[in-house]
Amino acid sequence: MNPPLAPRRLVVADLACRRGEREIFTGLSFTANPGEIVLLRGPNGAGKSTLLLALCGFLTPAAGRIDWQGGDPERDFGEDLHFIGHLSAIKPSLTLAENLEFWADMLGGMRERVASALDLAGLGGLADYPASVLSAGQSRRLALARLLVAPRPVWLLDEPTAALDSAGDRWVASLIDEHVANGGIAIAATHLDLALTDASRLQTLRIGSRQQ
Amino acid sequence: MRPFFALVRRDLRLATRIGGDALTLILFFVLVAVIVPFAVGPDRVLLARLAPAIVWIAALLSVLLGLDRLFHADHEDGSLFALRQAALPLEAVVLAKLAAHWIATALPLIVTTPVLAALLNMSAGALVSTMLALAVGTPALVAFGAIGASVTVSLRRGGLIAPVLILPLSIPILIFGVGASSGQATPGAASAALIYLSAISLLAVAFAPFGAALALRMSAE
Repeated sequence: MNPPLAPRRLVVADLACRRGEREIFTGLSFTANPGEIVLLRGPNGAGKSTLLLALCGFLTPAAGRIDWQGGDPERDFGEDLHFIGHLSAIKPSLTLAENLEFWADMLGGMRERVASALDLAGLGGLADYPASVLSAGQSRRLALARLLVAPRPVWLLDEPTAALDSAGDRWVASLIDEHVANGGIAIAATHLDLALTDASRLQTLRIGSRQQ
Repeated sequence: MRPFFALVRRDLRLATRIGGDALTLILFFVLVAVIVPFAVGPDRVLLARLAPAIVWIAALLSVLLGLDRLFHADHEDGSLFALRQAALPLEAVVLAKLAAHWIATALPLIVTTPVLAALLNMSAGALVSTMLALAVGTPALVAFGAIGASVTVSLRRGGLIAPVLILPLSIPILIFGVGASSGQATPGAASAALIYLSAISLLAVAFAPFGAALALRMSAE
């Protein structure tokens, strides 16, 4: 159903990041090929979110290299990527459908997918309600529905299952599974145990182990 | 262009829905002009002479008051991060937000100006030239304001800092705006002021998206 994604490959070499004066992590190296998932694990404050922000290009690394190879040279790298962080980017005074239609337009996605994405997120019956009625878990589902309206090869997810129920956990796991099966890359900071159809696609990256 | 107009449409919707600021700002604009005759006294000649200046100060304050929300709301709910992955450069995102902000706040002020003219005993000629000057000058106010709003976006209590930063920068707009609005100076002075005002507006609107986008990028670091 998805058009083929122009694959991206990620090479991170000897990366170090700092926030202000504090060194968050140093000497981080890994590679992610199309169709692979990288799970970021580590204690709170280890730098999982910082790494994701650096991978987005929002943070300039203190040292090392982040290389997104391949992809369509005509497109800006930001257009190949979804970043779903702690904040849901939802406007409470707009309806659910308006929120998602806006992001479909904004991210170069497809408006006609909005209805089906809301259904898949389990929010189909709420499409015309203002987003202010949503619970924390439902807001998270709406934020994750952005992944469905605009197909992009790279997903960077920060605690995607925070506030979700167990059915939501399974939904996110199946989303990621389908995404990598289509040749995408997913990098997720999560404690979720993903039940993947192909376990060889999964690598786990531990951050901040030196502090333990 | 689809993302650009989608963003303009969304910001206009947010401004006009319940909880939006558009109507409050118009009321503020009118109220500033309403209280001036109480302070100055019922001198119709004096009021008529002061009218363009009063309208401009009221407009300046209303536009600056509304600026706090320009990027702050998007920063707080994470929309700004997502907007940076849009199929649109951040500079164009800023320009779209500027356009929406001008339509939602400055345009209603210009439309409301005849109400103020009636309150301040303004002549028909002065009203027309004031509305024209406001239409030409307010884009510059909004553009300067965008720079102030982007610099203070990550401050938790940045609400008042942006207007204080921007108010001194707005003085040239005020000078040429009032000059273009009041026809009392030497012949040709008003149209010269209007030309300078257009120049400031064009420059400000051309450069502000780059400055504001740079400040927004740095605020995420």
